[in-house]
Amino acid sequence: MRGPKYAIGVDLGTTHCALSYVDLGLSEGEEVAQRVLPIPQAIAPGEVEARSLLPSFLYLPHPSELEPGAAALPWNPTPAHLVGEIARRLGAKTPIRLVSSAKSWLCHSGVDRRGKILPVDAPQEVRRISPLEASTQYLAHLRDAWNHAHPEAPFEQQDIVLTVPASFDPAARELTAEAAQAVGYARLTLLEEPQAALYAWIEQSGGQWRDRVEVGDVILVVDVGGGTTDFSLIAVHEKDGALQLERIAVGEHILLGGDNMDLALAYTVKAKLEAAGKTLDDWQLRALTHGCRHAKETLLSQAEVAAVPLVVPSRGSRLIGGSLRTELTRDEVSRVVLDGFFPEVPHDARPQLRARTALTQLGLPYAQDAGVTRHLAAFLSRQVGATGELFETRADASFLHPTAILFNGGVLKADAIAERLIGVVQSWLAADGGRPARVLDGADLDCAVARGAAYYGYARDGGGVRIRGGLAQAFYVGVESAMPAVPGIEPPLHALCVAPFGLEEGSAPQAPARELGLVVGEPVRFRFFASSVRRDDAIGTLLERWGEGELVELGQIEATLPEEGARPGEVVPVRLRARVSELGTLVLEAIPRSGEHVWKVELDVREPQAT
Amino acid sequence: MTASNPSFFARLILAFRVLLSAKLGAAVSQLTTDEVPSLPKPEPEPEPEPEPPPLTEASPDAALQLLGLLQREGRFVDFLEEDVGRFSDEEIGAAARVVHEGCKKALAEHLEIVPIRSEEEGGKVQLPAGFDPREVRLVGNVVGEPPFVGTLQHRGWRVTRIELPKIAEDHDVSILAPAEVEL
Repeated sequence: MRGPKYAIGVDLGTTHCALSYVDLGLSEGEEVAQRVLPIPQAIAPGEVEARSLLPSFLYLPHPSELEPGAAALPWNPTPAHLVGEIARRLGAKTPIRLVSSAKSWLCHSGVDRRGKILPVDAPQEVRRISPLEASTQYLAHLRDAWNHAHPEAPFEQQDIVLTVPASFDPAARELTAEAAQAVGYARLTLLEEPQAALYAWIEQSGGQWRDRVEVGDVILVVDVGGGTTDFSLIAVHEKDGALQLERIAVGEHILLGGDNMDLALAYTVKAKLEAAGKTLDDWQLRALTHGCRHAKETLLSQAEVAAVPLVVPSRGSRLIGGSLRTELTRDEVSRVVLDGFFPEVPHDARPQLRARTALTQLGLPYAQDAGVTRHLAAFLSRQVGATGELFETRADASFLHPTAILFNGGVLKADAIAERLIGVVQSWLAADGGRPARVLDGADLDCAVARGAAYYGYARDGGGVRIRGGLAQAFYVGVESAMPAVPGIEPPLHALCVAPFGLEEGSAPQAPARELGLVVGEPVRFRFFASSVRRDDAIGTLLERWGEGELVELGQIEATLPEEGARPGEVVPVRLRARVSELGTLVLEAIPRSGEHVWKVELDVREPQAT
Repeated sequence: MTASNPSFFARLILAFRVLLSAKLGAAVSQLTTDEVPSLPKPEPEPEPEPEPPPLTEASPDAALQLLGLLQREGRFVDFLEEDVGRFSDEEIGAAARVVHEGCKKALAEHLEIVPIRSEEEGGKVQLPAGFDPREVRLVGNVVGEPPFVGTLQHRGWRVTRIELPKIAEDHDVSILAPAEVEL
């Protein structure tokens, strides 16, 4: 096999996908020949157009719905699924057949991610698909678009960097890698999205980035996309006379984004229309949401505009007279978007948690508190010690003080939102005796992640700067302590550290001395925990107690020892060994005391079907 | 309705019709001559078409496709097919916003339209000998020899890029908008 000609970066987003690539032969040092691939996609039945973004939507049409060939693509006359703009467009009118936010489902450990569960609201006769399969379809579309445009450089021979949210748990990363590998992403590496955004900024600086950061900087990356919000902290330190970047913390997975804001505005306007005696059906509400998105962007980026007219067109062919007219005002946008999603809160504010109602239907675990700034305050406070041994920080700081801020995601294109966020962070810094933070600008917020990923693929081998980091969390399995049985009291749960914070790809795998019992021939499950704040636990550390919120429980993990050479039902002591694969995924293996085989521990375990 | 309003809407509709008929390859000059009194600034043809003696027949497919796009994004056909006389300016204005926003988006996505002349309208321009009469139309007191000096009445428009969606084999472009039936 010939070596790769291109480094390809793929952004598999919650609402959009993008692909960028660097021509390795034409790039040298800081001179990077980089482009974004236009992605041919059906935009309406029978029409194909190339666009820089592929909407992450999939539509499952009724057999009578479309004429034959209506979904034809340049490389496939009869694709099995409709993906991209056509799916979004058809799904806007027939939501029961639309698969959306597959990526959020992929990291929802409460559901069977390989199970055919999407669309959740589909009636019986619709042949549903799994979150994994939906993601696979988007990745396959991108691959086909590449191969169509570059027949001389087959996709599977190129270096592919695929981005995942920094907050993706190990199982979600593994599923993403599995989806990619299933459709020919052979030379694959995973990269965290906020890191990709920083790489994009580095690439755009054309070599100047070294002058724009300094040793001791802590860069806060805030990524607010269509469906998710993601935070990361990257420290700048010096090693052997060279600047080093190290990702020192990532935030929780927060299902909160621009789509929530548009919907909140639409409901505000709907209430206003209803107060005037006008009613809206679902179709009109969707049209209104769409209108609110545009109006919001205008109001938040053009300070002189006081109000934007909104018209909800009639559904029938009679456009005039049947349309509802209203407007979205600056006050409403400020109140709903800025104060609702980016409230001015003190640094000790915390997201409010509502008790979930007992009858939750199968759905995504959306953030309960819409205040992005409250989530950010909690994150910075939790990570107050994140710089660890890299460099001195003020001991009396009540949260980690970022010195620079990098924005990513379409929402932050709106100047007013970016300014509000900066203002809030500066007010925290001032109140806590810190210095103001700088803003690192100049990134293209739509395609930054894909561009940064491709740049990373190029710079990684070319000696360019590399953000180090390793695991952003330490991982633990739950073990029951041995104690005499007391009726009515569960034995206390202890947490055994199997993978330490910062574990890097390629470091020698180690296993804790402590052994766990596996029953031969039967799947055995363990409770599995992660901590983003316990940085010093070594492999084998056994925690008997831990602070509130220090450990977060993930989905269970499962190990099965086959029956070869052992009696079924026999209990075999094993040790659990962790390593980080070249892909960037966590691999847990069970090593029996005697045998020479190792067995993979499944991170993605099917939840028992709820009855 | 006041006297001035019909003239505004007549102009708006005429502008749409001119655009349409140009796309459809119909006789634009005929149409504009008929209605020119209500038009202070006659629209020049947006696309200069070289006309060698044997006249060619424009394929209607691309025109129909563009019309379909304008309908889909901006309810263009709905708007033009409606009798505007029955409605108040406020109602028409509300609908015009839908049409304007959507059609503008459709045009921006598929065409790049730039002015032919970069000078301000109302200002003096000089046309050297050998200027392209397809780009610049001389009107009024057309006498003398170049270079001509005159007042720029309209900057003109030129399409520098057009990219229409590719069409599947069985796709029927004459269906501008399918009927919609909700189950």
